[in-house]
Amino acid sequence: MFGIKVDLPLLSGLLILFVVSLVILYSAGGEDTGILVSQSLRMLVAFVVMMAFAQVRPDSWFRWSPYIFAVGLVMLGLVLLVGYTGKGAQRWLDLGFFRFQPSELMKIGVPMMVAWVLTRKSLPPNNLTLVLAALVLLVPSALILKQPDLGTTIMIMASGALIIFLAGFSWRSMGVLTVLAAVSAPFMWQMLRDYQKQRILTLFDPWSDPLGAGYHSIQSMIAIGSGGAQGKGWLNGSQSQLEFIPERHTDFIFSVFSEEFGFIGVLMLFVLYVALTGRGLYIAYYTKDTYSRLLAGSLSMTFFFYVFVNIGMVAGMLPVVGVPLPLISYGGTSMVTLMAGFGILMGIHNHRSLLSR
Amino acid sequence: MENLELKDYLRETNLIHARLIALVVLLVAMALLLLGRVWYLQIYQNQRFEVLSKDNRVRLIPIPPVRGQIYDRNGKVLAENIPVFTLEILPSEVRDMDALLDDVARIVQVSPGEISKFKSLVRSRPNFEAQILKVSLTEEEVARFVVNQHRFFGAYVQARLQRHYPYGGEMVHVLGYVGRINRRESESIDKAAYKGTEYIGKLGIESKYEDYLLGEVGFEQVETNAHGRRVRTLDRSPPVSGEDIHLNIDAELQVKAREYLEGRRGSVIAIEPASGDVLAFVSNPIYDPNKFVNGIDHRSYNALRDDIDRPLLNRALNGRYAPGSTVKGLVALAGLGNGWTKNTSVVCPGYYQLKGSSHRYRCWRRGGHGPTSMLESIMQSCDVFYYQLANHLGIDKMHEFLGRFGIGKRTGIDLEGEPSGLMPSRDWKKRVRGNPWYPGETLITGIGQGYMLVTPLQLGVMTATLANRGERIEPRLVDRLTHGSGEGQQQIANLQGRMLEQVVARGEDYDTIIEAMRAVVEHPRGTARRSGLNADYTIAGKTGTAQVVAIAQGAKYDASKLTEFQKDHALFVSFAPVEDPQIAVAVIVENGESGSGVAAPVARKVMDFYLRGIDANAAPEVANDAFNGDDAEPDYVEIAPANSSVATTLRPQT
Repeated sequence: MFGIKVDLPLLSGLLILFVVSLVILYSAGGEDTGILVSQSLRMLVAFVVMMAFAQVRPDSWFRWSPYIFAVGLVMLGLVLLVGYTGKGAQRWLDLGFFRFQPSELMKIGVPMMVAWVLTRKSLPPNNLTLVLAALVLLVPSALILKQPDLGTTIMIMASGALIIFLAGFSWRSMGVLTVLAAVSAPFMWQMLRDYQKQRILTLFDPWSDPLGAGYHSIQSMIAIGSGGAQGKGWLNGSQSQLEFIPERHTDFIFSVFSEEFGFIGVLMLFVLYVALTGRGLYIAYYTKDTYSRLLAGSLSMTFFFYVFVNIGMVAGMLPVVGVPLPLISYGGTSMVTLMAGFGILMGIHNHRSLLSR
Repeated sequence: MENLELKDYLRETNLIHARLIALVVLLVAMALLLLGRVWYLQIYQNQRFEVLSKDNRVRLIPIPPVRGQIYDRNGKVLAENIPVFTLEILPSEVRDMDALLDDVARIVQVSPGEISKFKSLVRSRPNFEAQILKVSLTEEEVARFVVNQHRFFGAYVQARLQRHYPYGGEMVHVLGYVGRINRRESESIDKAAYKGTEYIGKLGIESKYEDYLLGEVGFEQVETNAHGRRVRTLDRSPPVSGEDIHLNIDAELQVKAREYLEGRRGSVIAIEPASGDVLAFVSNPIYDPNKFVNGIDHRSYNALRDDIDRPLLNRALNGRYAPGSTVKGLVALAGLGNGWTKNTSVVCPGYYQLKGSSHRYRCWRRGGHGPTSMLESIMQSCDVFYYQLANHLGIDKMHEFLGRFGIGKRTGIDLEGEPSGLMPSRDWKKRVRGNPWYPGETLITGIGQGYMLVTPLQLGVMTATLANRGERIEPRLVDRLTHGSGEGQQQIANLQGRMLEQVVARGEDYDTIIEAMRAVVEHPRGTARRSGLNADYTIAGKTGTAQVVAIAQGAKYDASKLTEFQKDHALFVSFAPVEDPQIAVAVIVENGESGSGVAAPVARKVMDFYLRGIDANAAPEVANDAFNGDDAEPDYVEIAPANSSVATTLRPQT
């Protein structure tokens, strides 16, 4: 229609998520319509970005990949030099009219570049290509970790690793890496900052310090657990309405959702997330060129990683890292990035038949 | 080349397809893992988290009950609860306590003592409990504080109810007082019942009837948010205020009776004989219980404690005195049941000697009373008559008979800590002193001296029992308990005193004794004749004088050489009207020296006020006529000679 191409299953799933987001934000934000208005504006911006990206042919992304990556890398360097500091981390570049977070750009730039590196030779990749891909992955990750932004680092590492996995990284090598990771874990532990160590320790026994480090975890679990099968009802979650849940309209919005809508609501939300991810993997499966396949598979699965890390953290399975619940948490930049990712997916799907290599 | 590329492409496609399928498996696995976790929390552990969630938000806030009020027999308020403004600070809301205290001190006058008391409370209590910095702010201070409230975050003015005793010290020996619950008490009380309550009865009625006065604590179930702020009230069970207590005390009579003591140390007990109702329960001096409610400061307390007049001593309840001649009526009554008649006459030469002993037990009148009948013995308080009667009865019979009138037994009044007094016996002496009973001790017991000790209350009960012709009733300060006020008022309990004993004696014997006691007051030669003048009702009474200091035999009693505290106590017991006794009065004036001259007028004024509404002090010229003109001879002047091992500490009694 009107020459604009979209993927209807993805589009409808995303729109439903937007509605869910607005509904639960109204409750979590203390029935503040101001939050709804600003979130709607962000959605609109993100939606426009998605629609625009959906029209781009994937071979264009392939060609632009090195430039996008290079720009992102330079900006990450700038952030560390002259970046704007907020909430104890240096993540933002002040561009005068708005603040830009280069790490968000790299959420797409890194997988693109890794896919670009890998698809220049036939798959599975040889060792030299793998080293190159690893460099492309690790250099920006290290810069982001330095900000520090553990959540984004993990997601970017995951998106790159997914590409390498899809490109046919051998199972045996993966086994070796797993053993290596296990061996180096104690050294990695030393590298963590104190608050990060605390978060991991708290995960194992939040009740050891119920009013201190474990407070957020415990209150969040109480919210989820007291929701039961049917939930306490919209606007009736005592844990959220009485402000026991921290960050309840951003990172911890899932506990508000599950307290008010119960296990039934959670089940439906999962169906939505799995369907969106599945649709992305389906697009990856049925597209024709390798770069698109790698990128589509990585973008889709990374989306679900967000879900997994966020809910895992809120439900007390994973340490508390700052990862929002995708498309539902209040907040702008990550939503635009995610929607851009879905735009790329749609573009890949829209142009699947045009390409052949 | 084409072929190779196609082959590569197909191989890549297969590879990526396999990996994508692996990702689908991973996706499903991750989704199931999360779902499993949420299921575990929401379904499996749901009940546990529901409880935790409720605990989080629901808090029980105690609402202290209003303490029951105390009224006198005419409905006058004796103990009430008045609103006072207190300045309280919630430590958890204060960032810089010293700065806040400095600021507050500029608006409200706070003493260093109050600040140190407040700080020690803050240290010892959890910081979410508000602590009182200052009680009873003036209205001006409240106004100034409220205007500046925004500057004092964490400080509040609260209106609280505080116990107040409108009669000040007049009722203190009856009511006692409430005070803040101290550490020792907080260990023994039922903590749940005292949630939110700061005061507890410490003494007197306030303590004895604590369980009734306290009431039941109410609770408010409130929902609070994560910051502890109250969001809404979920449930409320209102407190039940304590029961109101209606005393038998006649407040006006009580005030007047103390006034009639004219500042002397002593006690006045007035009892309605038929019911045992205590109409007046006076112990002088008094102190102000209102100072104790919020804790008295050390200096004031020490001043009270060290006061030579001992205002803290409840003489009416705990004071123990030799009854002196006031027991003579009872001894005579015992004689009437044991072979003596009202016509039995004893010749009084001024002294009495036991066979085989040269010791002379002296009568208060040195020259003696000559031939003395039983009536005259009471009327003139002849000691020799009672030496002989006591010798005739023996200590065993006296112990038994006087015991029936309550001497040496607790009266059972509704106050804590009543002593039993002492009615000596052979057993008692063997047990406590390890000595046998000597015949001389029997003689002096017959005139109410020696080991015998009574409290003013016991004296009052003894008199009421005589007025009742032997019916001894438990005295009662409290008449009834009621709940609520106005139309909804219901009576909870009626606390009549039980009848404890019926003293068996012939009716005509009572007539004889009561007639003799009437003569004490009404006969021209009665010891208390001056106190009987111009009465338009009949009075029966008996004077008494109780020795304070031991004086060796042969030494002369010289009142002028004795210090104030060595002078004899003055006693008087009486009831009126004789035909239908409405009031029995016992008066003890410490170091008053003369039962007839000092104690009897007090009793007469009390009876006039109660029976006729005549206030002696309101009409001084009448009072002068009736009670003054102190021209009579002293009641006693001389001392027995020294040679007895037993009676060295005694002088004759009137």
